[in-house]
Formats: sequence, C-alpha cells, structure tokens
Amino acid sequence: MTQKLVVIGAGMASGRVLEHLFDAAPNDFDVTLFNAERRGNYNRIMLSPVLAGDKTYDEIVTHNGAWYEKHQVTCRFGERVRAIDLGRKEVSAADGTAVPYDKLLIATGSNPFMVPLPGADLEGVLAYRDLEDTERMMALRTGQKAVVIGGGLLGLEAAAGMATRGVDVTVVHLMGHLMERQLDGAAGYLLRKALVEKGIAVRCSAHSKEILGKDGKVTALRLEDGTTLPCDLLVMAVGIRPNVALAEEAGLAVGRGLQVDDRMVTSNADVLAVGECTEHHGALFGLVAPLYDQAKVAAKTLLGEKAAFVQQRVSAKLKVTGCDLFSAGDFAEGEGREDIVFRDPGRGVYRRLVLENDRVIGTVMYGDTAGANWFFELIQSGEDISAMRSTLIFGPDYQGGDTLDPMGAVAALPPDAEICGCNGLSEGEIVPTISARGHGTPLRMAVGPAL
Amino acid sequence: MTEPTRTTCPYCGVGCGVLARPDGTIQGDKAHPANFGRLCSKGAALGATIGPEGRLLYPQIAGARASWSEALGLVAKGFKDAIQTHGPDSVAFYVSGQLLTEDYYLANKLMKGFIGSANIDTNSRLCMASSVAGHKRAFGSDTVPGQYEDFELADTIVLVGSNLAWCHPVLFQRLAAAKAKRPGMRVVTVDPRRTATTQIADLHLGIRPDGDTALFNALLAEIARRGLIDQDFVAAHVEGLETSVASARSTPKSDGLTEQDRNAFIDLWCRSERVVTLYSQGVNQSAYGTDKVNAILNCHLASGRIGRPGMGPFSMTGQPNAMGGREVGGLANMLACHLDIENETHRQAVQDFWNAPVICQKPGLKAVDLFDACGKGQIQALWIMSTNPAVSMPDADGVAAAIRSVPFTVVSDIVDETDTARLADVLLPATAWGEKSGTVTNSERRISRQRPFLPAPGEARPDWKIIADVATQMGWGADFCYASEAEVFREYAAMTRLSRDFGRDLDLTGLSGLSDAEYDALAPVVWPVPETGHQGPRFFADGGFYHANRKAKMLPVEAPAHRRSEQGLILLNTGRVRDHWHTMTRTGRAAQLNAHLAEPYLEIHPEDAARIGLLPASLARIESPQGTAILRVMISTRIAPGQAFAPMHWTAETSSAGRVNTLVAPLTDKVSGQPASKSQPVRVTAFGAAWYGFAASTEQMTPERPYAAVARSDTGWRAEIAGCKTPHDWVGEARAVLRIDTGTASLSLDSARGTARVAIAHKERLLGLFFAATEPVAVARAHVIALIGTETPADVALAGVPGMDRPDPGAIVCACKSVGINTIKAAIRDGAASVDALGGCTGAGTGCGACRPELEALIARTMPPALAAE
Repeated sequence: MTQKLVVIGAGMASGRVLEHLFDAAPNDFDVTLFNAERRGNYNRIMLSPVLAGDKTYDEIVTHNGAWYEKHQVTCRFGERVRAIDLGRKEVSAADGTAVPYDKLLIATGSNPFMVPLPGADLEGVLAYRDLEDTERMMALRTGQKAVVIGGGLLGLEAAAGMATRGVDVTVVHLMGHLMERQLDGAAGYLLRKALVEKGIAVRCSAHSKEILGKDGKVTALRLEDGTTLPCDLLVMAVGIRPNVALAEEAGLAVGRGLQVDDRMVTSNADVLAVGECTEHHGALFGLVAPLYDQAKVAAKTLLGEKAAFVQQRVSAKLKVTGCDLFSAGDFAEGEGREDIVFRDPGRGVYRRLVLENDRVIGTVMYGDTAGANWFFELIQSGEDISAMRSTLIFGPDYQGGDTLDPMGAVAALPPDAEICGCNGLSEGEIVPTISARGHGTPLRMAVGPAL
Repeated sequence: MTEPTRTTCPYCGVGCGVLARPDGTIQGDKAHPANFGRLCSKGAALGATIGPEGRLLYPQIAGARASWSEALGLVAKGFKDAIQTHGPDSVAFYVSGQLLTEDYYLANKLMKGFIGSANIDTNSRLCMASSVAGHKRAFGSDTVPGQYEDFELADTIVLVGSNLAWCHPVLFQRLAAAKAKRPGMRVVTVDPRRTATTQIADLHLGIRPDGDTALFNALLAEIARRGLIDQDFVAAHVEGLETSVASARSTPKSDGLTEQDRNAFIDLWCRSERVVTLYSQGVNQSAYGTDKVNAILNCHLASGRIGRPGMGPFSMTGQPNAMGGREVGGLANMLACHLDIENETHRQAVQDFWNAPVICQKPGLKAVDLFDACGKGQIQALWIMSTNPAVSMPDADGVAAAIRSVPFTVVSDIVDETDTARLADVLLPATAWGEKSGTVTNSERRISRQRPFLPAPGEARPDWKIIADVATQMGWGADFCYASEAEVFREYAAMTRLSRDFGRDLDLTGLSGLSDAEYDALAPVVWPVPETGHQGPRFFADGGFYHANRKAKMLPVEAPAHRRSEQGLILLNTGRVRDHWHTMTRTGRAAQLNAHLAEPYLEIHPEDAARIGLLPASLARIESPQGTAILRVMISTRIAPGQAFAPMHWTAETSSAGRVNTLVAPLTDKVSGQPASKSQPVRVTAFGAAWYGFAASTEQMTPERPYAAVARSDTGWRAEIAGCKTPHDWVGEARAVLRIDTGTASLSLDSARGTARVAIAHKERLLGLFFAATEPVAVARAHVIALIGTETPADVALAGVPGMDRPDPGAIVCACKSVGINTIKAAIRDGAASVDALGGCTGAGTGCGACRPELEALIARTMPPALAAE
C-alpha cells in the first residue's frame, strides 16, 4: 500500500533519504516535497567551488526536474510550510492548502547565526548559506573589498573564493587561530600563513564592534580596537543554528535541535527528522558525513526495517586550493593523551596524531593530506597502533613491511646467529631457540618492533 | 686505457697481486701466485681509499706547516741532542709491518748501526713475535717452512686461532676451492669462538682460551703412543724428543674440550701425513704464545711432517710486510738478515758491512717495554712510523699518555689525523700505497713489488727517503745516500751474503745485482734466492736446521694453569672484522667497507647477556683496570659463556668509546714480548643510554656523544650514537650531530615515547637524517643512507623504511656487489639453494668471495627445513 510521505526541506539529508527509499521501494511512497528555496536538491557543500569558479551551479545539482518527475515527487518549491498538525497528520502550506501525510520527514536544516552587531541589517551584510549568497559574492568585481567575520571552514572558503576573483578580502576571527574547532595552533598558523600568501588579510583575536554603513549600505566593519575595515560586502560565517521553529510550534520535542532517537524518529512516532535541524543524544550536526548516515537510517525506519544511527567521529577538509587540510576526531590535549607530530616547515607540512591508550583518536593534517583516509579509518576502527607507532605518522605506505632490524649496524655477522635479531627472524623462530636454552624474556626484543 | 700497474695489496699477510690504475680501478692479478687473480673485499675496495682527503701533505711542527728542511733539521737535532745528553738508548723508533722492506731496512740501519741502540720495535710485535720466537727456539732461525700451495695439497688442515675467512680471505677462498675440488680434505678449526671460518670446518674445537698447548701436547703424546714418531728424521735432525714427549704426557687435559672432540682431532691429525697446522693471532697474542707455537712445532718435528708438499706448520702473518720486517731485523731483538743481536760475530759482521760507526750491543726495548720506558721518562726522542699505537697497543690510554710525556715525538704517516698523530711534535708526510715503491714479503716468503701508479701528493716522501734524509741531517749522509729504493734493496740483498755465510736461511744474494730496470720488473719470488744454484721453496724436509748443530729442538712446553677468572668477569677476546684493516685509516675511507660492520660491538653469549641484563643492540660498558669502552651488544652463541669478542679497529677518530685496546693489560709473553690481546678479564655492565640514535649526513660527523661511531657512507657519513640525557631540543641535537647548520629542519616527534626524527634539507635536497629513540633505532640503514643527497620529501625519508613498493635490501652482506641480507634471503626463499645459485640471481659472493661463508650460513638458516635437509 502506498504511503503518503511529506518532506519539508529539499536539502542534502532529505535528498539522500529519498534516494534510499526509491532504490529500495520505488512504489511504496507518494512523496510531496516542500522547499523554501525555489529549487530542488543541490550539493550545498560544493558552493565553495562554485564561488571559486571551479564549478557551475548546474554541476552541483544532485536532483533535477527529471529525477523528481521520474519518481513522481510532488515538488512544492518556493513554498514554505506554515504549520504542522500532528493530530490531523497534515501540513499546511503558505498558500493555505493542507497536505495530509502518513509519515512526515522534517529536514529544515539550519539557519546561519548572524552576530547581532549594530548595522547587521545593512544591505550588503549576508551569511554564506545558499546559492543566492554565493551569487552575491560572485557579483563583486576585482578590487572591491569584502570582510568575512568567522575564520572557520565556511568563512575561509568564502574568503578564498572571493580572493580568487580578485576581491580584496579580510578575515576577522574572534579566536586566537583559524579553524580552532578543527585545527590546533600549529596548523592554524600554517593555514594563516598560506592564506596571507594568497593575499587574504587575516585578523585573529579580533572583536567586531559595529558595522558601518552609508545610505543603508554596508561600508566598513569597525573592531573594538578601533580599526576600521572598509568593505563593499560583509559575510558572516560564525556558525549555524538548527531551524526548529516549525517543529517547536507543532509541539515536537526540541532541545537545541529537533530531538530524534536512534531511528531518527521525533517525539511523534509518524514524524522523522534528518539533517542539521536534528539533535541526537545532545549532539548537533554541521558536516555532511553523519547526515548521510542519518539519511540511511531514516529511510530504513520508513521502510519498517530496523536501523540505528550511531555517531561517528567526523573529519573535515577545507576546500581551498593550495591549503590542503584535514582534521578528524578529537585533538584536544588532556590527561592520558599523547601526540605524534611531524613538521616540515620547508614544504609547509604539518601532521599531528593524538593517541589515547595506543589508539588514534584525532588527527590534524596540513599541507599534505595523503594518508588522511587511513588515519581516519584508524580513528574510526580504534585499532591498537602500538606495533606501528614508530612509523605511524608517515602513513600506510610504511607499515607492514619486513621486520626491521635494530641491530642494523652489526647486522651481517655470519650467524648461525639464532639469537641475533639482526637477521630479521620472526619471533616464533626465535623464542623456542631461546627458551630451549633456558632464558627467555630479555631476548625477545631481538626481533625488534614487529612492523 | 693505460696498462694497469702490477702491484701488491697493502693489507694482510697473504700479499695478493693487484692490477691498479690511477682512476682507482682495481683488479686481482691473475699472474700472482698468492692470489691468482682473487681479491678480498678490502683489496677490491682499494680504489676507494686513495683519495686526497685527510692526507698529510706537508711537514708540520707543533701543528703548523713547516718546510722539509726545517722539519728534518728539528728531527735530527731532537734525536742528536737526546743521544748526546742521555745516550743512544734514550731514543727509540716504533715502526710498522706496513712499511716496505726498503723503509724497514734503513730504519734498522740508522738505529742499530748509526745511533747504536736496538730500540727499534714494530707493531709486528703485536702480531707474530711469538711465532718468531717459537721458530727461533725450534729451528734456530725465524723460518716459515711451507708454501701456500700446501693448503691445497694437504689432506687435513688445522686452523688454530685463525679466522682465515675474514682475516686472510683469499687464502680461505683457495682453501675452500681446494676442499670443493677434493671433498675428502678435512678442515679443523681450533678457536674459542665460532667464526665465519668455522663454516668450512668438518670439526670445530671450541677450545678454552690458551688451551692450545694442552691440546697439542695431547697430540704429541698420542703421536708417540701410536708409534708415529719419524724415528729416522728425529734421529738425524731433532733433539729434545724424549723430554718433550714426557712433558706432553704429563700435561693435564686442560683444553676445555670433550674427550670425543679431542680424540677425533688427534685421530684425524695422526692419520693424515699431509697435514698443515696453520696458526695465527689466536696462538700468538697470548702470554703463552711462544710455548703454544712450540707445542705445534713439536708435533710436526716429531712426526717429520715438515717441509714436504702438503704438510708442515704455517705461521700466518697479519701484516703485508711483517715478514719483510723480520728479514731486515725490524724487531728490537734481531739484527738484519736473520742475524742475532746476542752474537758478537754477527754484530761485528753487520757493523762491518754497513761500515757503521757503532753497533747496538744488546736487544732493545720491545713494544710494551718501549712505551713503558716512554712513560717512565727514559725515552727522550721517539719516532713513530706508519702506525697508530695510541689505538693498537694494549693499555692504549696508558700508551697515549706515555707518548705524550716523551719530550720529542715524531710521527711519519700518510694521514694528518690519527690518535697518535695528535701526540706528535713533528709530523712528516709519507707517501701511501699506490705512490710508493719497494718490496714486501708475504707469509710464504714471497717477495713482491709494490709499484707506484699515482703521483705523491703535496710534499709527501717515501719513508725510506725520509729516514735517509734524517740520517743525512744527523751527519751520516755518505752512508745514507741512495738514489732510489732499488739501490736500498740491492744493498740489503747483498747483505744477505752475511746470513748465507753464517749458514742461515735468508739468502737474497741472487737479487743483489738487479739493475734498476730489473728491480722494477721483478716478478714475485720466494726466497731463498741464492746467487748460484737453486733450492726448493720449502725448508727442513731433509733437516738443515739453524741451530749450531744443524738440528731442530723440540721443547718441553707446559700448558698454563687454567685460570678461573674472578666471579662475574668476562674474558675479552679481540680481533679483526672482515672488511676493516687495523685502525681504519684506509679502509674507513671506503664506504662499501663500512657497510658490513659500521660500529664496534661486543659479541657475548646469551647466558651472560641475560645475567648482566644486556638486550640485543643495546650498549654495554666494558671495564678493566686499564680503561673503559662502550660497545654495541651482539648476543650470539658463537661465543662461549664467560667470554666476549670485540673488534679492535675503532679509534677516537671513528668512535667515542670503541678503543678496545684501552682495556687490555700490557701483559706479554715472557719469551717474545708479544702482548696478550685476546684474554683480558673485563667487567661488563649495561650502559644506561637515555636515547639511541642513527644519523646520516653529507657532512663529516665526529664521535662526540657518550656513545658514537662514525663511518663513511656512499652518500657522506653515517653515525650510530647514544646519549645519557634526553635533549630538550631535538632539532638542535640533530644539527649538532649531523654538523649541518644550514637548510630547513623537519621534525617528527613522539614525546611520550621519546622518539624523534629530524630531516634537514636545503632547497629540497636532503642533507641529513637523524633518528632517535629510547630503544636501539630500528630503521633500514642502507635505505636511509641512500636518501641523502636526493630530493626525497622529509616525511618519506623519516619513515626510515622504503615504502611498500620498494623492497629494503637490508644490511649489506656482500660488500663488493652491495647485496643486502633481505635481498639474499628473498632469493633463498625463492629457491636459490646454493652460494653459486645466489650469485647467479643476486650477484652476492661473486666479487671477492669473502662473504661466501656468511651466504652459506644464511642459506642454512633461511631455507625451509625440508629443503635444507635435501
């Protein structure tokens, strides 16, 4: 029997839910898709390449008209949902029409957080959220000035994209180093250096005081120290907040976000939610990987299968040409945590692994992210790395070879050298020989680190 | 290409013929009867040792460059003043088995005939003085009766105290080839430790140190018991049989062997008429060395197995011209031409021949006594030629202090920085192998020419010329006026007339008339070379010994009482490694020779290591009353419990604490004065290193950390290091070790584990790599060394191992072809089941062949048991 599914929000999370549903059960759902934007699902995280001119909008569209048509999705794009009536199991659209549902999927995403500075309502002050924002930035001409408040992933991508177009960009960041949620100070320093080399001005530990304007239009940002940064456009990229107003009004349980259980079901059994609007076990989501995991779970729940969403450690990459950067897991210093660091100032490479109980729990890579996936896998698998610790930071290419020889320098003696580990005998070969002679332990290291 | 120059290798006593070109191309000389074209790893690498770096090019006075005339004037004055004020015995020469016969001859002539003292001794004292003394006691002269071909003709070869495979590799190869051709041939090794040589042995006797006399006395007693005494030979040519046999019968069986092993050896020896007993430093470097030599000679004399093809005792010398030195009287207790210092007629004859103003009246100071006298202020002027006693003498620290205390010290050498050169007031630059011209005599009495193929660098002069120049400055110009080394040789050859006329063995009169051209063209020749008639190359088949009654003497020799070493002490044995020579002033320059063993080590039994708490590849502190050394721990059952072995090559130039002769007490053989270098009781403890390091640099590193060993590499220099305090600034530490203060440093740091790795690059080119850890550093050293000078990114280089797609060749086993142990083992696993098969697929063992015993051992160990059994 076909179920009526209403989806609010055509973003990346809900788009992925629909893909899973149509793959698994092409005819089970009659879908109505509301979207406040006048378009369907596109890959929002690819807006930065669009801004940088590396891609066009068409290239980042994930679901076009033909796709929705093929799956007989009723698209109500450009239409906001005004209210949800949980009792009647229907949603009412801005035009007053009501659409009944068997199941409702809320995917309203997040709203960019706008710092409540004086002048924040001036023309030319915007967030970096959607294609319209992107187009505003792309409209700047060479030599025009832009200020970006926020030196996180999004802010830096905005800054770099505009800088690529010849815009004179200044990044204003409240914290001591850029991307402090993803990078440690050392990597933040290298990143800043690289951005400065690209012509982007960076001000860290900088407190914004007010936005100045003329004729209702932004002209500059003034900092607390009195510095004035003239600009034609001011982009705020200081964070997001789950967009939960609609759900809250409907009476769904809302904390910082719309609360869901492991099956992505809200406090109402017929209402599911995915994406940046959700809160799962107290956590909010801003990166795409966990959203895709949520989508998979939500689809299964809709199909009546058992599934549970498990939060994984996340990784982050900065999509700025020439700033090869990767960060994953937890890299705060702390009791019982050890780190392995590699620095190559000549090539601008920085790499840090954070270990706890012989397991990798976090990594920051800058300048050369080869091996990033492997480190991320190690973080996710929680594999014991003690045996490969001495070469761990150099990546997967240097693991698992022949046993190395600590006796290197005296290695080639002519042995019947059963004992001498120098010849790379395996432990299995050595130990019996020794125990036959009645002394074991001190000699076991003859085999060296078991790489 | 120009014709190569035919010359002779300057290393061991085998005396191999070499074809050399000025570009450093080296080949074995197929026409030379010592080696028939073979070369060992050291000989094959000679081309890498002839570069200009480190050479002493100009005379120096007090460290400053001086002219030859200033320097010679000062040397002459220093010696003359001492002689005038304190008498001729207040001066001394300490010379070397590396000198050519002509050099040696003039040094002796100057000291014994003109200065009038016999205070000229030589590093040969450390090498074969006990053989000389044993020969003289038994034969009445220092005569090596046999020939190398006897090794090939014998049915049984006994190698006593000889690691022939590493120390005389070409002879070992000849022996191995002969055994391969005639598998019935039997080889016995007698050595407290198992070595590469043991690989060829049908029977190995892991004898107790200094147990040789007991063993050979047991053999002699059995020879008598079985009626194998050659009654006719003994009756006609030998005396002392009865007392010797009686003494042998009463000797306790204190050789430390099982009855079964001893009997197997004795039975084999008795059943083999063609038996050669070859002995080397394991016999000589002992407080009982001379007695050990005579115990061996007794067996050959009693059985008449001497002087005939395929049989006889054979003293294998360590140095290229130890024999030549002996011939010209290069020891404090000899005169030239095997004449006796104690014999007034001999002394007079020598003085007359030289037309000398004086002649020494008594034996001079032997090496240990000589430096002892230096320390006691009895020597006012000392001249050290071409040797490095501050490293090579027992109690090396004491000897260095003694040299420093001598008021006037002269060192002539080819390099400017040696542990001994640092102690000199005057440095005189000598020409090196490849530049100098003269003759050497090998262990089978074969005289070969060393011929020059390179110009002398800077103002270096041949040693004989330097000696003649000093003699001239001292006022004896007319007696030391030689136009060439050929003229010196002719005088010496003519002088052997004295020896001949006294009825002694040495006769080169047939060479005394050589023209300069004939001397230049002289083909290798075994002495005696009489003016007329021809004598076979062997001695004593028909008697003709050199005691006054023309008989040989068997000597009753007692086995030394077995010394139990003090509780917990280890008996330290010292010796050579395969690819190094003496104090490495030359072999150390050849990167390929440092690849085999790049640092000093202590080989010790697992039981002792466990008791002491030594881990493989950790460091051990070795202490004796004389000194201290710190060495890499190499745990091995090749060495017996309670014993240890350390190589003797490392100096203060190449290591911070690897001079093992600082440990050795100046205890000598009472007859020969040869030091006992192989049985020093030492205390071994774990050296508590806070960190271990390995470094490779384009720059020359210096051994400055608590433990450090520095060696040349293909790409610059390599070093093993260890420190007692963990540095706070690893990059600073790395730069200090690598001696690089330019470029950009990359660091990988695991503070919790104390692991740090530093790469230094300039414009992407790697200048240095440094690896430190709290454990002995596990990196693929050959791989790391190869990265220096390349544009490898720092993280790739600091991984310290080749990536997955590039196999690590491993530590170098075959120095000639640069084949690593991993390559070899892979080939064995792929089915290369013989040394020849390995050579076919990897090239290993196809150069000099010195690594072939190691390859055999690897095959035996690496092959799956089922295959190995086939």
